[in-house]
Amino acid sequence: MSKIIASSAIRGAHKLISSAENNWREAMDKWGPKQEVGFPNTTYYLPIIYGILGTPVETLGDMEGVFKKCREYLPPQVDEGIHLPYLGNVLDAGMVTLWAGEMSEAIRYLVDPDFYVTGEEPVGDRIWLGAADDIIMRKRGVEFVDGSAPGFAAIVGAPEDPQVAVDMAHELQRKNLYVFMGAENNGARMSEQLVNAGVQVGWPTRLVSFGPEISAAVFAIGFATRAAMAFGGLKPGDFKNILLYNKERVFAFVVALGPVSDEWYANAAGAINWGFPTIADSDIPEILPTGVCTYEHVVSGIKHDEIISKAIEVRGLKVAVAEVPVPVSYGPAFEGERVRKDELFLECGGSASQAVELCQMKRMDEVEDGKIEVVGKNFDDIEAGAKLPLAVVVEVAGRKMQEDFEPILERQIHHLVNYAQGVMHIGQRDIAWYRFSTAAKDKGFTLDHIGSILHAKLHQDFGSILDKVQVKIYTDEAKVTEVLEEARGIYKIRDDRIEGMTDEDTEMYYSCTLCQSFAPSHVCVISPERTGLCGAYNALDCKAAYEISPTGPNQPVNKGEVLDPKLGQFKGVNEFVAKASRGSITEFNFYSILHSPMTTCGCCECIAAILPMCNGVMTVSREYADMTPCGMKFTTLAGTIGGGVSSPGFVGHSKYYITQRKFISGDGGLLRLVWMPKSLKEEIGPRLAKRAEELGVPDFMDKIADESVGVTEDEILPFLEKVGHPALKMDPLM
Amino acid sequence: MKNDKSVCSATLELLEKTQAEDLSTAFSRADKLKPCNIGGEGVCCKMCAMGPCRLPKAQQDKGQTGVCGATADTIAARNFLRMIAGGAASHSDHGREVAQVFLAMARGESKDYQIKDEAKLMKLAAELEIPTEGRTVQEIAVDLGEMMLAEFGRQEGELCFIKRAAEKRQELWRELGVVPRGIDREVVETMHRTHMGVDQDVRSLLLQGARASLADGWGGSMIGTELQDVMFGTPVPLRSKVNLGVLKEDQVNVIVHGHEPILSEMLVVAGRDPEILKAAKAKGASGINIAGICCTANEVLMRHGVPIAGNMLQQELAIVTGAVEAMVVDVQCVMQSLPEIAKCYHTKVISTSSKARITGATHMQFDEHHALDSAKKIMLEAVNNFPNRKGKTNIPAASTDLIAGFSHETINYMLGGRFRGSFRPLNDNIINGRIRGVAGVVGCNNPRGPHDAVHLAMVKELIKNDVLVLQTGCSAIACAKEGLLLPDAAKEYAGEGLAEVCETVGIPPVLHMGSCVDNSRILTAATEMVREGGLGDDISDLPVAGAAPEWMSEKAIAIGQYFVSSGVFTLFGVNWPTTGSEEVTRFLFEEMEEIFKGKWAFEPDPIKAAQRMIEHIDEKRKALGIDKARERVLFDMDMRREAQAG
Repeated sequence: MSKIIASSAIRGAHKLISSAENNWREAMDKWGPKQEVGFPNTTYYLPIIYGILGTPVETLGDMEGVFKKCREYLPPQVDEGIHLPYLGNVLDAGMVTLWAGEMSEAIRYLVDPDFYVTGEEPVGDRIWLGAADDIIMRKRGVEFVDGSAPGFAAIVGAPEDPQVAVDMAHELQRKNLYVFMGAENNGARMSEQLVNAGVQVGWPTRLVSFGPEISAAVFAIGFATRAAMAFGGLKPGDFKNILLYNKERVFAFVVALGPVSDEWYANAAGAINWGFPTIADSDIPEILPTGVCTYEHVVSGIKHDEIISKAIEVRGLKVAVAEVPVPVSYGPAFEGERVRKDELFLECGGSASQAVELCQMKRMDEVEDGKIEVVGKNFDDIEAGAKLPLAVVVEVAGRKMQEDFEPILERQIHHLVNYAQGVMHIGQRDIAWYRFSTAAKDKGFTLDHIGSILHAKLHQDFGSILDKVQVKIYTDEAKVTEVLEEARGIYKIRDDRIEGMTDEDTEMYYSCTLCQSFAPSHVCVISPERTGLCGAYNALDCKAAYEISPTGPNQPVNKGEVLDPKLGQFKGVNEFVAKASRGSITEFNFYSILHSPMTTCGCCECIAAILPMCNGVMTVSREYADMTPCGMKFTTLAGTIGGGVSSPGFVGHSKYYITQRKFISGDGGLLRLVWMPKSLKEEIGPRLAKRAEELGVPDFMDKIADESVGVTEDEILPFLEKVGHPALKMDPLM
Repeated sequence: MKNDKSVCSATLELLEKTQAEDLSTAFSRADKLKPCNIGGEGVCCKMCAMGPCRLPKAQQDKGQTGVCGATADTIAARNFLRMIAGGAASHSDHGREVAQVFLAMARGESKDYQIKDEAKLMKLAAELEIPTEGRTVQEIAVDLGEMMLAEFGRQEGELCFIKRAAEKRQELWRELGVVPRGIDREVVETMHRTHMGVDQDVRSLLLQGARASLADGWGGSMIGTELQDVMFGTPVPLRSKVNLGVLKEDQVNVIVHGHEPILSEMLVVAGRDPEILKAAKAKGASGINIAGICCTANEVLMRHGVPIAGNMLQQELAIVTGAVEAMVVDVQCVMQSLPEIAKCYHTKVISTSSKARITGATHMQFDEHHALDSAKKIMLEAVNNFPNRKGKTNIPAASTDLIAGFSHETINYMLGGRFRGSFRPLNDNIINGRIRGVAGVVGCNNPRGPHDAVHLAMVKELIKNDVLVLQTGCSAIACAKEGLLLPDAAKEYAGEGLAEVCETVGIPPVLHMGSCVDNSRILTAATEMVREGGLGDDISDLPVAGAAPEWMSEKAIAIGQYFVSSGVFTLFGVNWPTTGSEEVTRFLFEEMEEIFKGKWAFEPDPIKAAQRMIEHIDEKRKALGIDKARERVLFDMDMRREAQAG
């Protein structure tokens, strides 16, 4: 900490705390101490204060104690003459600055409830997103957990030239990083620069317009703090470990664009507590010695075209950038970008036409690596707004390729194609849906590039199982129909094969410790009839992942002696889990919610909970933000059971698992299910109906209550009785 | 003629006066009285009346032994051991005094003291497994006091703070059988073993020396430091001033000198008492000015910012200023010449400890059960003496600003604040080479060499080479006078890497950690560095070194021995007290390294000495594999997954 920075940061902290106190006093005068305050839809209260101090701030009155602490910890100004050591003081000043900022922002939610939009994207002219609610945090958190987003850049201020802002945003997107924006530089704000330049801003494109002022920094730091609690299983108030978790696992950094004010310094000092360094374009003093952050703490005077790579290096982050030969930007950050109707150049599938995708294994001599063939019309042959049928056929060959891997590779098409800027992809198989933007076309994108993407990325990601990839793209109606028919036959064979796999017949299950980067004690074990709780991995995926990377996070687990066939407990699994969880979990049951249920990292798709009065269970999916009959919202549930602990009565699972034969079969199976959100019911409807049929209760779906029936046990029990829900006649659950 | 007695301008100024007035000081006496060569080499045995037997080299070559048959090796080892016993006894008796007062305070028998650092009390209670749940602070403190006091008389088992050391070090001590069983026991046993006709094997003797010294460093001294922190407050960084220029012409100047803060803490309180201030005004003084000398100075500096008048060799000169109303002394390093020199001035030399009576001094027994009353009486004695000043005073102008207060708790905080405090940044910057290593430069003054000069030259050479210096005792005072304890010293004297770290943290390149019992803070800090990781798994792996370049007291030898036995390369200047025996010297300089992975060294030239310390630091860096610049590690997801839970 140079003396100049120290003095400035502490000065900034004094100013910001005074102004936050003023805001608070005004609010107290107006609303009184009992007035509720908080960020929307979160169980983490004001997350920085909650994480660091363990204090939930729920009312204006609760803030008094926190302001007292701010004053207590706020160090005196640095002496102009002979100064005392200041690094510790500056970090404390930074911390209390963030607390004050968080309280100011909470007061803003109260004073001006429409200032921030709710949801993931700007609405009309309202571009400020404010605090991420728990749904966003968990959904996006998964990307941090699995590494598809290695970290985030908190950008304060803005470059003078808006084009620089656009370039910088794209560079960060290409490097898969989230961009959290706040504060202004001489009237310019990067979020506004991007919106004005027509760049899609919002969580889906990873360009998050948090707020217009420096206090928006608390939304970024709050997000990181919640990650430590939600995924790291760290308890509120365990500040040291929450901060170290961030230093070691959340690869974030601050990029300061424009002159650094006292207030910016104070916030940057706060971020250093989390191990997040600051990289500035202006010529401020540097702090190069390491220790609180992994490497340097402040690096300055970096040119705009170098600042992002410099920041990544300073944070100690290794970013793998996909090298894909296409004329548009490419990376996971573009996955969430939409192609709107008015930007449409070509649409295939959806309601526009038929589109189909198929991946097939071929003999080595049948595949010419890198060959891309387009049969039918291409971009040059059509006008903007065109519709074409489409078939994408990927043919792969390799010494380690197996037929089982075909659907896995085929499922990659969705996100791989989506990663291209200006290309939108929805669905899979014969319900695939493509949209291409005029902007992509203008940059030179054509249908061939779908082939280029798939060839390059499949080699990159699956190089250890395949040696050759060729792609055939058809827009010719007759040819598409031909592919479609062949594909449907193949889908059926595959489905039957998967359906035919049972846990009993399979000796080898697979572990998944992908999340251990964030949830160090959590281990998933995935069997054919219990897919991974995040919904992303089934047993075959894991098998393929193991083939691809034999020392990676998916390892074969010999299930060994069957200790309990009903609850699904296996000796080999227990031994594996004990080791992989570093002793924190010694046993779990695959098919039970009551007895030693499986743990969750916190990124499960759904959480099931028992409803004792109804003698059944409910399940709720991540997207459903409201109250449920177990008395907790999804986010509270996730907060309770996440972080790698086994919580009897609760279990995290995937949506798909609900309709698998082993769904809580140890406790009575699917017929125990008495409540689920309507949206989830609709989403899995067809499979649910089929499974209910198998169980001999064809109208079972209508017997499951949802929020239209009620959100308490008292409300739904009469309904269950009325429809004669089978759970009521089952053995007592407890 | 240039006076080479000192490099301290205030000292030189007053020495001129003493020379002009033909006053005797340690400086002049050192000139007149040459050291005894044979005693200096450690080969004079006066343990029994068959001797004294003197065995210089020439006698040894003739095969001569003592009358009892003791070889020069045995004699040198026994003498060395008795120095350790003397030093350990002194520190430990200080620690015992503190523990007694602490217990009296906890029991409510000494109402003027109180617990100032409750957090540290609770931390110690947790460390020592003293139950805290549902108990009052007082009850916990009584348990702690009793437990600490029991360490002195303990007869078996292990001292409880031994567990603070790195695991590997503890194992090594246990293997060697040098874990102290009780503080007093080890001192007594050392005296017994060195009696005529008992332990007569160099290795056996010197291992007992290790055990007795550990009873000091990890026992008596550590107890002293820890309990003083709880009772008087753990030091935090603060500003003050140093050198005789801190004395004030128009105020009652009271010098506190000696070692134990029990008394000086109360004098500080008494000095602020309105009645006493009123009395001072009535006598024509504008206020009361307390200043310290020696380690008492360091104690009250660290906790109250009380200015320091000077170090050990300036005690007589403080009186020569003619401005000191009272010099209040307790124990250790107090020269018997003080009452003699005070005769020429109005200064009252007031002895306060029943253990330390000085002929010619005024004795005012300090009663810790009525501590404040005692302190006030002493203070009034000083106030009443103000009108007795004789003629013009000679207060030198020299005084320098300083920053002190670096407990290991402070270091922990200053490197990361309340939320991220740790030794990580220190270790990191040692690993990345900005800081080459850490040196503890401590100890006394000695008029056998130029006062302060050796300290300053060594410390400047070390920081120039990016070695962070930790200090205690009179060495810290020497460097403070030179301005090395100021943040700006980093820019002026330190190497680029060290200066950069100092600028980042806002610290001087030389950190004042307290008095000589506070060398235990350095042990704790070093252990904390080991625990933080990345620098090996024992103190002996760390790139650190210790030195006492102007040593003179037995306490210095005890400190040196416990540092060496804890795995630290420790270098002394002035002279070496075993040179008469090749065997003992070889054992201390070489064999101890094989046994303890730390060793003694001797080098009177400060630059050469600093270079040897740096060489040692570089060797340790090499062994750790941090001698070369390392590639920056960039983390991908797999590496993060591998990381253990934070």
